[in-house]
Amino acid sequence: MSRYTDKPAEQSGPQSESRRDFFKKGSLLSAIAFSPGAVLRAAENKWDEKIADEWEKIPVSLTVNGAPYQVKVEARTTLLDLLREQLGLTGSKKGCDRGQCGACTVHVDGVRVNSCLSLAVTNDGKKVTTIEGLADGENLHPMQEAFIRHDGFQCGYCTSGQIMSAVALLKEGRTASPEQISEFMSGNICRCGAYSNIVKAIQDVKNQLS
Amino acid sequence: MNKSLIGDSMSRVDGRLKVTGQAKYSGEYKLPGLAYGVLVPATITKGTITAIDVKAAKRTPGVIEVITPFNFAGLPGFKPDAAQPVRGLKLFNDKSVSFNGQPIALVVAESFEKATYAASLVRATYQEEAFETDFHKNREKGVTPQGGKYKDYLRGEANAYKKAPVVVEQEYLQPSEMHNPMELHVTIASWEGEDKLTVYTKSQGVVSTQRTFSNAFGIKPENVQVNSRFVGGAFGSSLRTWPHEIAAAYAARLVRRPVKVTLTREQMFTLVGYRPFTIQKIGLGATADGKLLGITHESYSQTATYEEFTENSVNCSRFLYDAANCNTLYKVVPLHVGVPAPMRGPGEATGSFALESALDELSYALKMDPIQLRLKNYAERDPERNLPWSSKYLRECYELGAERIGWENRSPRPGSQKEGEWLVGYGIGCGAFGAYRGRALAKIKIMADGSVNIQSATSDIGPGTGTAMTLIASDLLGVPAGKITFELGNSAFPMAPTQGGSSTVSSVGSAVHDACMAIRQKFAALDGQSAEGPLDYVALLQKHSLPYLELTEESQSSEQAKNYSMYSFSAHFAKVHVHPLTGVVKVMRLVAVVDAGRIVSHKTAASQMIGGAVGGIGMVLTEEAIFDDKYGRYVNGNFADYHVPVNADIHQIEAIFIDKPDRYINPLGTKGIGEISLIGVAASVTNAIYNATGKRVRELPVTPDKLI
Repeated sequence: MSRYTDKPAEQSGPQSESRRDFFKKGSLLSAIAFSPGAVLRAAENKWDEKIADEWEKIPVSLTVNGAPYQVKVEARTTLLDLLREQLGLTGSKKGCDRGQCGACTVHVDGVRVNSCLSLAVTNDGKKVTTIEGLADGENLHPMQEAFIRHDGFQCGYCTSGQIMSAVALLKEGRTASPEQISEFMSGNICRCGAYSNIVKAIQDVKNQLS
Repeated sequence: MNKSLIGDSMSRVDGRLKVTGQAKYSGEYKLPGLAYGVLVPATITKGTITAIDVKAAKRTPGVIEVITPFNFAGLPGFKPDAAQPVRGLKLFNDKSVSFNGQPIALVVAESFEKATYAASLVRATYQEEAFETDFHKNREKGVTPQGGKYKDYLRGEANAYKKAPVVVEQEYLQPSEMHNPMELHVTIASWEGEDKLTVYTKSQGVVSTQRTFSNAFGIKPENVQVNSRFVGGAFGSSLRTWPHEIAAAYAARLVRRPVKVTLTREQMFTLVGYRPFTIQKIGLGATADGKLLGITHESYSQTATYEEFTENSVNCSRFLYDAANCNTLYKVVPLHVGVPAPMRGPGEATGSFALESALDELSYALKMDPIQLRLKNYAERDPERNLPWSSKYLRECYELGAERIGWENRSPRPGSQKEGEWLVGYGIGCGAFGAYRGRALAKIKIMADGSVNIQSATSDIGPGTGTAMTLIASDLLGVPAGKITFELGNSAFPMAPTQGGSSTVSSVGSAVHDACMAIRQKFAALDGQSAEGPLDYVALLQKHSLPYLELTEESQSSEQAKNYSMYSFSAHFAKVHVHPLTGVVKVMRLVAVVDAGRIVSHKTAASQMIGGAVGGIGMVLTEEAIFDDKYGRYVNGNFADYHVPVNADIHQIEAIFIDKPDRYINPLGTKGIGEISLIGVAASVTNAIYNATGKRVRELPVTPDKLI
């Protein structure tokens, strides 16, 4: 036996089972109203499961990059997984899923947040901007241009988060010095080590604007 | 031909895709019917799984399948008795556990959330056995690795240093360090029938990945399509195929749906390798005026019990300096841990930390400037292989770096300089890494509109492979970069070696070079003209009513190259501030001077050098995977507890290139920079810290507690 808790759980299984079974039975009962064949097919295709699944999801309305979305999500789904897995917006990256790396940084109502630390359901009615929504059509945001010009990345995986943080930094007014930029960009890890170029890119945009 | 574009400062060809979020990494392909796989880790360190209870997991809504060693049907590539079983299969094959966190089950479900939750409900019972993870306790059990490559080395007399007038003999410790690329390792696998597999996976080598999948599943290589177009960093962690990649493909075939398996950050500390915990002993002996009489380098490095990992930590001591007597010993210590993997700079980075630290210690013992000591023992030819260097401009590296950092401001007396309340110190650390060139192929096609397409099955983990290849082709063809596309990361493209060992430009760049030269000949031959001057591809195709011309060219090293010893060299100069009260170290300036042959793409090469320096700063100041030997687990498997450098940790870093072509390695004259950007950085910083404080830290990382 392990010294860890490796005993089979006494009462294992999802806590929502009873509620879920209710949904499943309810949906099957209504199916019986149609025909026995339909019931059989429903069971075969796990429709009861799918219907219960839908019932358990929570509707969320939010605006992403200017477009309205009405979605249903599991309560435990993060904003990041909603964006990446459900909405197909994979520009926001998952680097740790713990709010420790910043690769998932997006703007929620204009403020930068780690979208892996934000549950999707808590963003009902909010305006979300991701890296995909930063450019104006074919015209890149000055920060995107500056990152290319100063080579503020290598592999590109942290880049979306860096740029979203950098854009927010300008708005926060935390670009007074290279030291201040470095300090307030330190929530965004770049393992390729492009930090000095990132700072130059941000300074460049700041100087363009002032 | 136009003015040479090679060496230009072009922005990255894939920059726009990366800054707009349109660059698609391996986990971002939305295949119809995609299911999600989550691995379940072993909670013991050594033993046998006696049972796995999957009932609760399987009852969880949305769970499709739970794969364990108890229902695993086996794979053709896994033959337990084979001398060299297919790597990456240490999963489900047997019920033995060899390290904590070893995957013991894979839960496949309709969503990531459902799979993650269900995975938490899987319960295993074990027959536990005693394990060994304590390196210090087991060091004496170190063994010489299999094969001749790692046998003891001797030139002249063994341990000759002991008899020298001035002697340094010290031990240096490198803890385990994690690659931690920003992108989580991920694989999407999808089958068409029973024998056609497509994978999207984080890989530094799509061809070698294809081979591994082909062997594992017993299907033809051409039936395995591997895609890895964008790779979110790797630093060596994707040089090989790992168990979770095989697991994704196995699961996908079983459930007849595409399956995506993504590791968690914590799993990245146990399942995809690391720079191994290593203790090295260096003995240096010199005459009173600084001539080295003997070098001894011994290295003991951690490996796994179920697979052997080796690297070249002692090799640099054999050739970096001219000494008549030299002996090295390399041993690995098998422990109940996951297997290491080459991490940027690999063994050479570990080795150079020890050698370059010891050399610095010797310089103080001799009261001699560290650069003068290096010049005194400058190796004019390779003393290990007794061959001339193909090129070596390390002397120039010393000169340029010393000038740029302001070496004349360094005080030879440790702890004697201050700027404000900060102690100031200067240090130097050098590195060398083999300049390799592998066989590579490239296909080139020039279209009627004058656009050029080049394909090669190489990878880009970040250095800017496509940018360098575009510059090479643009230069040789006389076609603007904007009209050239370079495609990579696809196993269906012409063969290219894995991106590792700083060899991509040398190998693939040479193939692109040869393909460009060959297609120029082909165009010139259309009109019987010379290929020397400018060619109007559009007019030639039009005149001969051709839609395009294309060819595939193979390129590899020449026989002549064997007559030379080929290395890239670097000298890193650090200026540090050390706070005397708190022990905080700031690397105020780091100047990296590099002899890497000709530089193809200055802008991306400079970024690569700076990035390697940042990696080196992490190695020397912050990074340490801490093991709890009571439980056999890492205790800091996340970015909050394992500190990689952040923006505020990095001050001024400058990269200087000698930029002189090597005449023998390849037609481009390039030698490679990926590894030497990091090799030598750690010692430059610890040596600067000694100069600032008089405290010699021989155990990385140099955290503040070691200085107060």
